[in-house]
Amino acid sequence: MNARLATFALLTAAGLSLMAMVPYLANAYWLALGISLLQYTVLATAWGLFSGPTRYVSLATTAFFGVGAYTVAVLGEALPWPVVLAVAAMLGAALAVLVGLSTLRLSGVYFVIFTFGLAELIRQLVVWFEVNKSHVLGRYVFVPVTQALIYWQLLALAAAVFALGWLIARSRLGFALRIIGEDETVATHCGINTTIAKVTLFVISATVMTLVGAVMAPRWTYIEPSIAFNAMISFQVLIMALLGGAHRLWGPVLGAVPLTLLFELLSANFPNTFTIILGCIFLVIVYLLPRGVVGLIERRRETSVPVQRRLPA
Amino acid sequence: MTTSTTRRALLLAAVLAAGAGFATAAAAQTSIKIGYVLSRTGPNTGGAAVTTLPNYEMWAKEVNDAGGIKLGEKRVPIEIVAYDDRSSAEEAVRGIERLINQDKVDFILPPWGTGLNLAVGPILAREGYPHLAATAVTDKAPELAKRWPNSFWLLGTSTGAAEALVDLLVKLRDEKKIGDTVAMVAIADGFGIDLSTAARPALTKAKFKLAYDKSYPIGTQDLAPIINDVKALNPDVFVAFSYPPDTLALTEQSRIAGFNPKIFYTGVGTAFPLFNQKFGKNTEGVMGIGGWSGDSAAIKDYLARHKAARNGAEPDRWASAVTYSSLQILQQAIERVGKVDRAAVIKELQTGSFDTVIGKVKFENNLPTRYWWVGQWQGGDFYGVAPAGNVGARAAIVPKPAWVAP
Repeated sequence: MNARLATFALLTAAGLSLMAMVPYLANAYWLALGISLLQYTVLATAWGLFSGPTRYVSLATTAFFGVGAYTVAVLGEALPWPVVLAVAAMLGAALAVLVGLSTLRLSGVYFVIFTFGLAELIRQLVVWFEVNKSHVLGRYVFVPVTQALIYWQLLALAAAVFALGWLIARSRLGFALRIIGEDETVATHCGINTTIAKVTLFVISATVMTLVGAVMAPRWTYIEPSIAFNAMISFQVLIMALLGGAHRLWGPVLGAVPLTLLFELLSANFPNTFTIILGCIFLVIVYLLPRGVVGLIERRRETSVPVQRRLPA
Repeated sequence: MTTSTTRRALLLAAVLAAGAGFATAAAAQTSIKIGYVLSRTGPNTGGAAVTTLPNYEMWAKEVNDAGGIKLGEKRVPIEIVAYDDRSSAEEAVRGIERLINQDKVDFILPPWGTGLNLAVGPILAREGYPHLAATAVTDKAPELAKRWPNSFWLLGTSTGAAEALVDLLVKLRDEKKIGDTVAMVAIADGFGIDLSTAARPALTKAKFKLAYDKSYPIGTQDLAPIINDVKALNPDVFVAFSYPPDTLALTEQSRIAGFNPKIFYTGVGTAFPLFNQKFGKNTEGVMGIGGWSGDSAAIKDYLARHKAARNGAEPDRWASAVTYSSLQILQQAIERVGKVDRAAVIKELQTGSFDTVIGKVKFENNLPTRYWWVGQWQGGDFYGVAPAGNVGARAAIVPKPAWVAP
């Protein structure tokens, strides 16, 4: 087991350092694609971190992403970059605690609708503040962060989110969450404090999303609420995680990577019919792959085990 | 035997290499690849579809019908590569990066709107592509032009817009045509907030009485309460820094409520052909942002060509002509340089002067020196009335005639 773990760690380190070389080897286009791949990988994995085990479908991704981006817009030029990131992470975490405590008692479709509304609520609050207090709407971000630096930060974030997910799955928290996902009533009866467990995970997931928003913001120079709080991000992350399969840590990646490449391929080759093709693909995913790519792989494995084991004894 | 085979192979290789070399040399000159990323879907679609896309397509067709862009002695056609940014800043950035690195385009035409032009600014500057932003209004324009010497901001600053309006009001008050009460409303979005923030101190400084000063959220459906409140105050001047949907709604509501101040000014959308289609005779005397020299032969010719090329659809009377002019400017700069040399083209843009449908344009510090800031509907067309010093400025009709039954 320990030898296996060591090999795995070695392989991961090798893979990461290989990926860290990309900015030296690729031109701006491939680097941009790499940034996009990492961005959605981190977002979808962070989404799956919370929604996978608990089965709460959240559309709040863009709310946290936007908070991160806006923190950079407001503080980007005033504070050193690491401090800006730290402030963004704290704001995201604080918001997640607030939202988590007040809403994780909701379940099913009510939670979905609430999280969708949350992004809009925060966006309107930002607009209200900017209009009535600061009298500027639309802020300029001129920070000396290069594309390569954005890529490396996202890569570090990706490594961190996988490490976190791996640790959580092996902790008491992870075990508690799996029980909550199966049956929340049973979990309560087992003596699990479901609220604390859920809120903790929600905060971890939201903090990562906030950091992604903060890291990405310097790419756009100009930030206004409609850019930072773009609902499309929530939907794309959701569909990526569903395609991959959110009940495994490495599931969302299997959705994020092919879908990001597909978006790129479609917008490069079919700029005018992009939305139609995308809609059809979503339908196919929902109908043919209800448990995602991970589900498909697991089914393969199951069918390959000897038949007699599946026959009644 | 071996030697002769080798020699023959070498000869063949040489011929092939020469052929390939010739082919690439020829390919570099047979066309100019021009790329753009525009919002074909998402919330920006309306603006891009009225102001930007028709002009890009019309210009490319006109140039190719004439044989192409003149490089030295010969003309080479334009080849267009276009993408959809889906109204997202990230997609616009990705699209531009694709145009530069994958499609290897020779020149790039900018996206629509302030936000997207700013988003693509850094890459265009880094890669040294001329950036003629024709649909961005930002107070940072002078600073951006300094930061990105390849960028040109053709639509000016929101402070410029607000101050030109206040100057006009001061002049009219001096002529005793209006009193000094102003009601101002603004949409709670980039444009509305920038303009009202600039107009507020300018109005106060000019000793106007700001009787009403409120903003409303984007997407507000019912604007009747605002108009009723404002009507009760009976101001001489009504100023709305609005977006197209609320420009239409505020005008409609004012007509219904019979609110007819001496000056009625609305924001983006007043200059749209749609405004004329919807209000017909009731447009008479309505002021708005933008305007053009409707009496000039060049503009009349542009209008006729636009209608012919776009199935009778008219351009808007503000950024459309500016967008088309930006393309003429780019073409003239390329033709004067005579080859695809982007650094030289940028230099020419900074120093040259250009003949366009909006008249002669010469940049100073990468900004044009003249803008149309206030226009007014007069006899079915939207003419520039301020700044009064512009060539072709018409006198403003004040007071605005009463609304008529539609």
